[in-house]
Amino acid sequence: MIRTLLVRGLLLGLLAGFAAGGFAFLFGEPHVDSAIALEEAAAAHAPAAGPAEEAGHDHGEDAAVSRPVQKAGLFLATGLYGLAVGGVFALVYAGLRGRVGPRSDGGLALAAAATAFGAVILVPFLKYPANPPAVGDPETINGRTVLYVVMVLVGLAAVAIAVATARHVHSGPWPRWTAAVAAFLVPVVAAWLLLPAVDEVPEGFPAGLLWEFRLASLGTQLVFWAAFGALFGWVSDRAARRPAFAAPALSRS
Amino acid sequence: MSGMSAPSVIPFPRLGPWLLAVPVLLLVAYLVLMDNGAISQTGTYLHELMHDGRHLLGVPCH
Repeated sequence: MIRTLLVRGLLLGLLAGFAAGGFAFLFGEPHVDSAIALEEAAAAHAPAAGPAEEAGHDHGEDAAVSRPVQKAGLFLATGLYGLAVGGVFALVYAGLRGRVGPRSDGGLALAAAATAFGAVILVPFLKYPANPPAVGDPETINGRTVLYVVMVLVGLAAVAIAVATARHVHSGPWPRWTAAVAAFLVPVVAAWLLLPAVDEVPEGFPAGLLWEFRLASLGTQLVFWAAFGALFGWVSDRAARRPAFAAPALSRS
Repeated sequence: MSGMSAPSVIPFPRLGPWLLAVPVLLLVAYLVLMDNGAISQTGTYLHELMHDGRHLLGVPCH
């Protein structure tokens, strides 16, 4: 049973990862290319800045990995991301099943995927949105990565707090949902307000390009979580129905 | 939907050993999303290879 769920999560995560990669390739890569072109133009026009200044990171022809390979690497990245996230999701799902959330297998998969998108993607995105190449100071990458991970953990903790709160409210669905949403928002908004802001958009970087890139980035994650939740729910629902018709196979769990 | 398939609860002790997969999966996610050579010992190669994915999946890249 658990093995089945884990394999299901890994495979469907890989599949949804490739779907997200396809979306990112079509709708995100043009903006990545534009941003890299701007970055290189800026580097070329930089007053008296020799090649030493940009030794750490390069996107151009002298980069360690060429642009075409980076575009193939996009699918490797989203696929492996999907595999890893799908596996973790399946084990969490195995723990939640019958304990928390919708009673139907498909409904639980959809609800859990939607919640994960909100907690792990939207909550950090609204504080530390995705940035295209040419935005962000390489010197601060470690600090920004830590802040991003903290925001992810805050989102997950807020979901746990919301679920625990909802379980203590027994006076009907409206008070319960209101309490859950409030219990989710309090830690999230507190973190949004208290954690340091990051704004490293260079002077003169086109606002339109930044917006388009960020939309494409959020869209990539939306495609992943929507595809993964729908696939996982669909397969789980089918699996839940099957034993009713083939009862003898049920003993192997 | 179907009344026959009310989800059966998986006991936590049965789930326990499988949770050992979680650190492995998180390591994969870390290598894809965040490694800059510290763990993979490949310098910035993984960073460069996963570069576009990091940007478009929304994690801080550089």
